[in-house]
Amino acid sequence: MDLGYVSIQLFNGLVNGAFYALLSLGLAIIFGVLRVVNFAHGAVYMLGAFAAYLLLQQFDIGFWPALVLAPIGVALLGVVVERLLLRRLYGLDPLYNFLLTFGLALFLQDAMRLRFGIQGQPYPTPDELSASVSLGPVSYPVYRLFVIAFSLLICVATWYLIERTRLGMVVRAATERAELTRALGIDVDRWVTAVFAIGIGLAALAGVLAAPMRNVAPLMGSELIILTFAVVVIGGLGSIVGAVTAGFLIGVLASLGAVFNPAFENVIVFALMAVVLLVRPAGLFSSREAA
Amino acid sequence: MLEARHVTAHYGQAQALRDVSFEVKEGELITLVGRNGAGKSTTLRCVMGLHRQMSGTVRLGGRDLSGLAAHERARAGLGYVPDDRGIYASLTVEENLLLPPQVGPTRWPLERVFKAFPVLKERRRHPGTKLSGGEQQALSIARALRMGASVVLLDEPTEGLAPVLVQQLRDILLEAKRDGLTMLLVEQNLRFAMAVADRHYLLAEGTVVQTFANAEIAAHEHELLRHLGV
Repeated sequence: MDLGYVSIQLFNGLVNGAFYALLSLGLAIIFGVLRVVNFAHGAVYMLGAFAAYLLLQQFDIGFWPALVLAPIGVALLGVVVERLLLRRLYGLDPLYNFLLTFGLALFLQDAMRLRFGIQGQPYPTPDELSASVSLGPVSYPVYRLFVIAFSLLICVATWYLIERTRLGMVVRAATERAELTRALGIDVDRWVTAVFAIGIGLAALAGVLAAPMRNVAPLMGSELIILTFAVVVIGGLGSIVGAVTAGFLIGVLASLGAVFNPAFENVIVFALMAVVLLVRPAGLFSSREAA
Repeated sequence: MLEARHVTAHYGQAQALRDVSFEVKEGELITLVGRNGAGKSTTLRCVMGLHRQMSGTVRLGGRDLSGLAAHERARAGLGYVPDDRGIYASLTVEENLLLPPQVGPTRWPLERVFKAFPVLKERRRHPGTKLSGGEQQALSIARALRMGASVVLLDEPTEGLAPVLVQQLRDILLEAKRDGLTMLLVEQNLRFAMAVADRHYLLAEGTVVQTFANAEIAAHEHELLRHLGV
């Protein structure tokens, strides 16, 4: 076995893990507060990438401003969807949420396909990060190292927001017991919109980060989201620490698995998910019972 | 202070409350007594705005609460101590205390709560549910006191508590009462109700069947105990 190849796969695993972590983090906080499994999450990630692409093509706005503007723009779209559509379904069977978000995912994908075709568009790596650095036996693109570091930073910031601020305290309380939290004087519904926007913004942010390394294409999210759901199941739905840890863990395990046999990459993820479902159905990091 | 008029409530087709009226004057501690299923907790849930399938009016300090959501009623000055104590596992003891917004002038700021319940201060960084049952009960009541509620609704606070803790609870409620707090207490433990309350409403099958001043209760104890099925 070639040590250089193994280290490259390790870094690739961390990069993949960074995307899993950002996406499953958003899924986890949305599920925690809204009890909605957002099947449109992959499409939101794709929208984030397209938002960055369009900002560059139409307005000549580059990567760094897009890293801020695209998530905010997509999150505002999320606010509209929550207020106009999702809100009407909270009292109903969760099946209606599934149908709505799944339908939205199909709608968004096909709308983008209609406009841009299936091929996908290239997005340039920002100049500052286009070099490669030598790390021991191998050289590795700086941009990918940036993705790892930046995602970690966002995950830590989200953790801080949830665990150490008043907003986070309300979110945790509403996640645990929404009705009681209302009876204690908190307008839970107002916070619900904010939480949804944050979760959507995280997915869009992942999309912007993906744009320079992956093709900006209508179906880029649908491939990723399947694996992300596996990550969420392994980490524990609604668990923030679980989402992030499982994201990076699975990214690395899958990539190292590919060292032995490329086919192992996805097999490992779903085998691990099956084991977790058998042994700890609520997820590895879940402190509470499965919902 | 708190007044309910002709409150009727349903769960689906089943009627849970029938024309329930009562009044709690400022500084009073009133109990709703009655056996399981008599409608005591449902009454509290109607007052709090948690049970929506109801008619009738609830007024707090002359203000009509009908049409207000639960969080607006809390902000109008209603404190709520639910029957399962309502302590959050994902919040620390201190966060459990600080979660409700301050809705009125509080006589129980955090320092006083910590002085009255040193164990809450000691464990303030621990998850709320790591406390014992009695400590969780104290935390739940302290939370309602801290937020500055003008009327506190308590749903069977003695349930599942050891006798020595019931005594402590009695002292807490009597102290809050001396501070001028108005309380509406749902209780099955008649001895406890007699020790703390000014008046009692006896509920059976979803309606008020009798009211007693505390002084009268001794004379009716047998009748009451029969009603409570003890």
